[in-house]
Amino acid sequence: MKEVVVLSGKGGTGKTSVVGAFAALAGRKVLSDCDVDAADLHLLLSPTPLEEHEFWSGQVAEIDAEKCTRCGLCEEACRFDAIHDFTAARVGCEGCGLCARICPAEAIRMKENLAGHWFVSETRFGPLVHAKLGIAQENSGKLVHLVRQKAKETAEHAGIEVTINDGPPGIGCAVISSLSGASLACIVTEPSISGIHDMERVLSVCRHFSVPAMVCVNKFDINEEGTRQIEEYCAGEGIDVVSKIPFDTKVTEAQVQGVPIVEYTDDERLVGPIAGAWKAVSARLDAA
Amino acid sequence: MIVSIASGKGGTGKTLVATSLAHALKGRMPVTLLDCDVEEPNDHIYMHARLLRTEPVTIPVPFVDESKCISCGMCHDVCAFNAIAVLGSAVLVFKELCHGCGACSRFCPVGAITEVPHEIGVVEEGDADGIRFIDGVLTIGQPMAPPIIRQVKQYTGTEGVTIIDASPGTSCPVVEAVKGSDFCILVTEPTPFGLNDLRLAVETMRELGLPHGAIINRVGVGDTRTEEYCRDEGIPVLMTIPLDERIARSYSRGVPLLEALPEYRERFLDLYKRIRELVV
Repeated sequence: MKEVVVLSGKGGTGKTSVVGAFAALAGRKVLSDCDVDAADLHLLLSPTPLEEHEFWSGQVAEIDAEKCTRCGLCEEACRFDAIHDFTAARVGCEGCGLCARICPAEAIRMKENLAGHWFVSETRFGPLVHAKLGIAQENSGKLVHLVRQKAKETAEHAGIEVTINDGPPGIGCAVISSLSGASLACIVTEPSISGIHDMERVLSVCRHFSVPAMVCVNKFDINEEGTRQIEEYCAGEGIDVVSKIPFDTKVTEAQVQGVPIVEYTDDERLVGPIAGAWKAVSARLDAA
Repeated sequence: MIVSIASGKGGTGKTLVATSLAHALKGRMPVTLLDCDVEEPNDHIYMHARLLRTEPVTIPVPFVDESKCISCGMCHDVCAFNAIAVLGSAVLVFKELCHGCGACSRFCPVGAITEVPHEIGVVEEGDADGIRFIDGVLTIGQPMAPPIIRQVKQYTGTEGVTIIDASPGTSCPVVEAVKGSDFCILVTEPTPFGLNDLRLAVETMRELGLPHGAIINRVGVGDTRTEEYCRDEGIPVLMTIPLDERIARSYSRGVPLLEALPEYRERFLDLYKRIRELVV
């Protein structure tokens, strides 16, 4: 099984637009959206849901006001500032259960937590596994892990060799869950100072978890000096810059139409570099 | 007053709004800017702050004194995060999974567990030409952002305005960053992705009971559905920023908006006035 994850560090560099294009360009594959906080890939792929599942994860404390003797021990012991006025807040509670164990009146119960939903859908590009984390929930890393796992299982069932995963922004818990153990990371960056700074950080995370990476520069013509800096940095790190995609409002127009960019236009100036990126990813996956 | 800035979708312009608002208000009141996007902090690029101090952020993780340990397994049983395992006479601690709740040390029947600090990042304090500027930086390979955000927020100003720049998304790091603020600005785009993620951000604000309004950035591409959604849901649109190549080009080179386009100063002062009216 080969797994490519598309990451960026900085948000809004074009991960989902690139994955949407890969969906249309690649042969048989399973797609997954690992940005479970703010999933957008479905907006380009028009999925038909086949399965919906609940995602139960972790626990949250609940204080029984009748049994509570208002001793305040729980509030004092909680390291997450989740208990105030003898009430436990759902938002903030990390589910460690310490309060329930120490409550002398046994007034605190740990309740299973419905943290979101996940879906298996069919699209005209192949199966899509995606999810929706509950509002203000913890445990996005665990849901990401589950989405990846289900994408792999779906692929195995169907005799498919490749999964393409749209990743979250950042470098924390959800990114680590999307990345660890993947065959390849494709980093979509943009040539702004913040884009470059964030790319360097996410490439360090790839190195930390020993996942090979390659870089695509999106909107490369917004700042050609910045693009040169990216190329120099990557050359120094032994990372291939496999594609430079120009800024073009057609990418947004395609999003408004709800289709991948390669279905919206055949403008070679734009589609050529995106197809080139997929070719490079695909070749690296074949060699992996 | 504490004003936080969130978005749902990444790359909509949170940092642009946070740093421009700080620059506009400077000199009129004490301004504190807290960059709570600790996974990818970028405000420093536009603040050119003089670094005054760096402090480590640690969480307490268990340290097991094997000479006292009786391998009873209690620490493993009370750990909700599977961060400690007992294999025969050896105890293994997985620091990356530990939330630092302290249950293991508290319940160890023989007092074999003490807590030791484990560094997961740093907080930097600086001065940006009169603006008090703080950011948090998560160490590469560490998963847990909220403890760093909590430490950054200790620097919330007692006077004037504190501006908090949050990370994208809607999960725990965003909640940690925005909770306790008086008002949250949601920065979005007039695109289907912008709208989808704005809806999620609005649901988060409603769950937290936080007053909020929207800024629509890059108006001119995309469609009108984001604006219609705000109107239908009664979410005030505090400001719109047009798609302007001058902003994209200067901003990509690290030039603060108010330096590149000084006419925006008045617009950000109006934004603050508008927020004040909404909070009162």
